[in-house]
Amino acid sequence: MSQELIPHLFRTEFRKITAVLCKHFGIEHLSVAEDIAGETFLSALETWPYKGIPENPVAWLYVVAKNKAKNQLHHQEIFSRKVAVQLTDSSGGADPDAVDLSEQNITDSQLQMLFAICHPSIPAAAQIGLALRILCGFGIEEIANAFLTNKETINKRLFRAREDLRVAKIPIEFPAPSEINKRLDAVLTTLYLLFSEGYYSESQDAVLREDLCAEAMRLTYQLIECEQTHLPQVDALYSLMCFHASRFPARKNSQGEIILYQDQDATLWDYGLISKGAFHLKEASRGSKLSRYHLEAGIAFWHTSRADTAEKWENILQLYNQLLQLEYSPIAALNRTYALSKARGKQEALDEAEKLKLTDNHYYFTLLGELYMGIDQRKAKENFQQAISLAKTKGDKHTLSKKLDALR
Amino acid sequence: MEEYILIMRHQDGGKVASPEQLQAWMKQTMDWIGGIAAQNKFVSGTGLPFDTAKVVKHNNVVTNGPFGDIKETIGGFITVRANSVDEAVEFAKGCPVLQGEGNTVEVRKIAKGDGVH
Repeated sequence: MSQELIPHLFRTEFRKITAVLCKHFGIEHLSVAEDIAGETFLSALETWPYKGIPENPVAWLYVVAKNKAKNQLHHQEIFSRKVAVQLTDSSGGADPDAVDLSEQNITDSQLQMLFAICHPSIPAAAQIGLALRILCGFGIEEIANAFLTNKETINKRLFRAREDLRVAKIPIEFPAPSEINKRLDAVLTTLYLLFSEGYYSESQDAVLREDLCAEAMRLTYQLIECEQTHLPQVDALYSLMCFHASRFPARKNSQGEIILYQDQDATLWDYGLISKGAFHLKEASRGSKLSRYHLEAGIAFWHTSRADTAEKWENILQLYNQLLQLEYSPIAALNRTYALSKARGKQEALDEAEKLKLTDNHYYFTLLGELYMGIDQRKAKENFQQAISLAKTKGDKHTLSKKLDALR
Repeated sequence: MEEYILIMRHQDGGKVASPEQLQAWMKQTMDWIGGIAAQNKFVSGTGLPFDTAKVVKHNNVVTNGPFGDIKETIGGFITVRANSVDEAVEFAKGCPVLQGEGNTVEVRKIAKGDGVH
């Protein structure tokens, strides 16, 4: 029984204990907070199988965490007065009895940690790793799996990231109201990347990938629930995530290969999530600030109806036109050109595609291959071959080979 | 890479075209700008509404318009990145206002403020 309960509690409680303790000790003692939270679960693992699962496991964990925090501070005081002094300085008197694990403080601490971790001075890769560890309670092995690397690399990356936080002396607090928009931008970027990491991850572990997306959505929803951070662009990002996540059940076949949008079984789409996305897109339309998330959610909204109508592709094209003005990315440029082919025809799109010159990008040659199909079969083949030689994953190479074979 | 401003000069479209025509022009303009942005060469830009336009002259004389004197006036501009003036001219050639006879797009390099230009 405890074998199932403890992993579940770890996922929900590790991050809460870490956030509260870290806020209590100060950001420079983040690893101490993590250690205490980790040891708390170790205690549960050592105790519960013999003494039975306590009536209120969460409350038990909190009491143990508080005691461990108290011991930690006590030890440090004995071994090094210097550290204890620093602790007192950084948190305005870290009284161990005052570790506050109330619901309100847990919520606040987690949001404040989110702002601290997503501080603009911390590199993006480090932010995502820290977010997964501290805000989502992912194990090192899970993070390594998600990034297709080993535990050692992740440990090093997290170590560096904690150092960055310590050196930058980032306070764990809500940004001032005048700063919230700017700081929120950085937070949303990290959450967007976290979601993308799950959505586009090459990892074979489907459950893990969906977990990553679910966590990004949970954190985004926390921002919606908090009055200070419930701004239109947050709704827009959440809406975008809902629309994308609605296609999870239809995106991969039983072998784990990606099923392209036009080949997906639309009856597998999650219509509950689609209507949730539509609700938040409507919420996002208050105010006058148009963020990239508004535009991307708008595009994702049009993709939730599969019928190839002129209206759909005209709207998608114009949304991409606006998105590219706001923020260029190669993938947006390619998608814009695809929308152009749907709205204005292949020839016009080809003229534009040839100008993009994204010659190190296999999606670019895939797009050229698609556009030349039916216009110039030889060029279509050449471009698909070029795409295969540039594709990085077996799955992509396989999908492209099938397209090439279909041309022969 | 240099920055160039493309200045569009044309008649006040609101006076000569139907709402449907204006809508079509707007789409064409969006596609034109989107195509430049898709090459990561778009910097910024805006349309300049004709209504409420004023001209301030010598001795602070303020008049409506500049419309009394010239038929083609500045209707908007965009700033682009380009490797050469020729590339900027290629962007300008795609501008939908050029469909109107007499309309122009002026291409000018933006001074870098480095003391040389």
